[in-house]
Amino acid sequence: MKLYSFISVSQQQKMKKVWLGKTLTDGLLFKVVIYLLLISFSYIYLYPLLFMLINSLKSVDDLINPGVQWIPTVLMWENYERAFQVLSLPNSLIDSTVYVLKVSVSATLSSALIGYGFARFNFPFKRLFFAIMLATFILPQQVTMVANMLIFRELEIISTEWAMLLPAMTGQGINAAIYILIFYTFYRTIPGILIESAEVDGAGQLRIFRTIILPLAIPSFVIVFLFSFVWYWNESFITGLYVGDKVTLPLWLQAFRASYETIFPPGTPGAELNEAILLSGNMLTILPLLLLYFFGQKLFTQSIDKTGITGE
Amino acid sequence: MKRKRTSFFKQFLTRLLNLIQSISQFYQAKIQPPLDRFFYRLKHNFIYREIGNTVKIFSLITIRITRKRRHAFYGYLFILIWLIGIAIFTLYPLGYSFYLSFHEAYYNLQEGVITTFIGFTNYVNIFRSQTLVPAYSNYLGRMVVAVPIIIVFSIIIAVLVNMPIKTKSLWRTVFFLPVIISTGPVINELNAQSAITLPNLQASGIYSYIVNNLPSFLADPLTTVINSMLLILWYAGIPILIYLAGLQKIDPSLYEAASMDGASPWMRFWKITLPSLMPFTGISIVYVVVSMSLFVEPGGVLDLTRTHMLVGAPDSAFWFGYGYAAAMAWVYFICMVLLILVFTSLTREKRGKVK
Repeated sequence: MKLYSFISVSQQQKMKKVWLGKTLTDGLLFKVVIYLLLISFSYIYLYPLLFMLINSLKSVDDLINPGVQWIPTVLMWENYERAFQVLSLPNSLIDSTVYVLKVSVSATLSSALIGYGFARFNFPFKRLFFAIMLATFILPQQVTMVANMLIFRELEIISTEWAMLLPAMTGQGINAAIYILIFYTFYRTIPGILIESAEVDGAGQLRIFRTIILPLAIPSFVIVFLFSFVWYWNESFITGLYVGDKVTLPLWLQAFRASYETIFPPGTPGAELNEAILLSGNMLTILPLLLLYFFGQKLFTQSIDKTGITGE
Repeated sequence: MKRKRTSFFKQFLTRLLNLIQSISQFYQAKIQPPLDRFFYRLKHNFIYREIGNTVKIFSLITIRITRKRRHAFYGYLFILIWLIGIAIFTLYPLGYSFYLSFHEAYYNLQEGVITTFIGFTNYVNIFRSQTLVPAYSNYLGRMVVAVPIIIVFSIIIAVLVNMPIKTKSLWRTVFFLPVIISTGPVINELNAQSAITLPNLQASGIYSYIVNNLPSFLADPLTTVINSMLLILWYAGIPILIYLAGLQKIDPSLYEAASMDGASPWMRFWKITLPSLMPFTGISIVYVVVSMSLFVEPGGVLDLTRTHMLVGAPDSAFWFGYGYAAAMAWVYFICMVLLILVFTSLTREKRGKVK
């Protein structure tokens, strides 16, 4: 306390209040600690992403040199040029966007209809069906893929887009239970009086759905569409198995090494595949979704409250 | 010149409008009446007839239309596509793969699937396999270690983000990011370049201590978790948001009352925050276990299932084909459900007995 002897007692108290606050949780010290913790946690969290970004710009010498870790001596944009060529962008990007749009739009529309059926009407066995619907979340296609392969073969839709489209259209696609639940939770919040008054005025159920419910449900549509887009884009195992080898951009990435060797045959000088080129291929693959996320991040992060998977 | 262009546009527009008008006239004159007649026929025919508020089927069965019945009808109408879908794409494959798992099944281009009943042989072969048993035990060990880490991590992050700080949405964005970008090939590539763990963590004393001092059945899951630490934390994206939503629902007056009684922030966390987050742990666990199980790592069980199904086993001393693959998927699914059951029953609140 001798150190502060030149400061008056009132000033000491003031400083204490600034640093520790009235109840400790509103002091400056507390905030500094919280920020430090959050920054260090997010560094851990984003480390792979940073690694990918930095190493994708490194030259071969920098990759080998252990002294160069975070700041490359030269920025090798050539890596990106090569990866761009190998992934056959922008054609592959357009193709995979068209494919994923088809699947995710059909998943969104079907889950909107199904969710309305569950939320609005009472019918026999509704509770049973709803329980089965929720249970399908832990029984995804990866588990039943063996039988599904044979069924798709019988239906003669294996290796076509229909193998993904048909399950999506009938509410059985990837994470379809979550989409149906999002719509279900939203429809439950619409006051019943609104619909009953339309019924009294003589509107049929389909017309009520089209003219009253659909305009109200646009936010849920956007959320479900974004999530299904992202999840169908990222699903590479099932898509590769049912639809084909090079359908989406991640599947192009999976075949990166092979297609690199056809474009840059081994033996030509300066054509060896290195980690930096592979990582720039990865960066190019996740870039579309990163852009989508930064434009619509509020829709993504605030959606969990609306899904209803937290409550009930 | 300019006048000519505007006149051209005008001409074009009037022609377009005329075209639309003529189409609509044609529709009203020629197409609408037969359609109306068709729909009328659909409701008034021998099989199905609507009279007032009753429906007659085959002129024999009379059903009164009540509000309840109409609602049930429309309910089934809306979920009809789901009913069809679940029958074809979920329940039938489920039963069919169960059937296949007791058979030796191969695909023949001429005759389709050829099956011969072999009983439990597929399941027995799984437990005799040299590659599969380690794959399953790796999976189970990794999950047992990783799921608690994810849950604890996401609770910590959720509580930190929920503190009275100004940049909440930024942190939400950061911690949800992996959900958007984590796709199989990217993760596999990061794994190949060993970028999914902190270099310091591997170099630290803990790692070598575990390797040197613990028996391998304990050390293996721990080291695999350390080797893919960041990837495991990436699964916390959605649980963090679930817990954040849970934190919003805690009544702030609870905290006020506790601090009036002299509880420190530390005490408040253990006595108020944590118990009110427990109900959200069940759903988080389900989500984490399912999403972790469905990530197909090369050499994992699902990847082996695919190779057994499509090209045959790498250790061809044992069975392969569709039946064997189906049995593998079933054992995997049972493991997954068991994990979910064990974890959720561990975290379930023990209801106090009323005396």
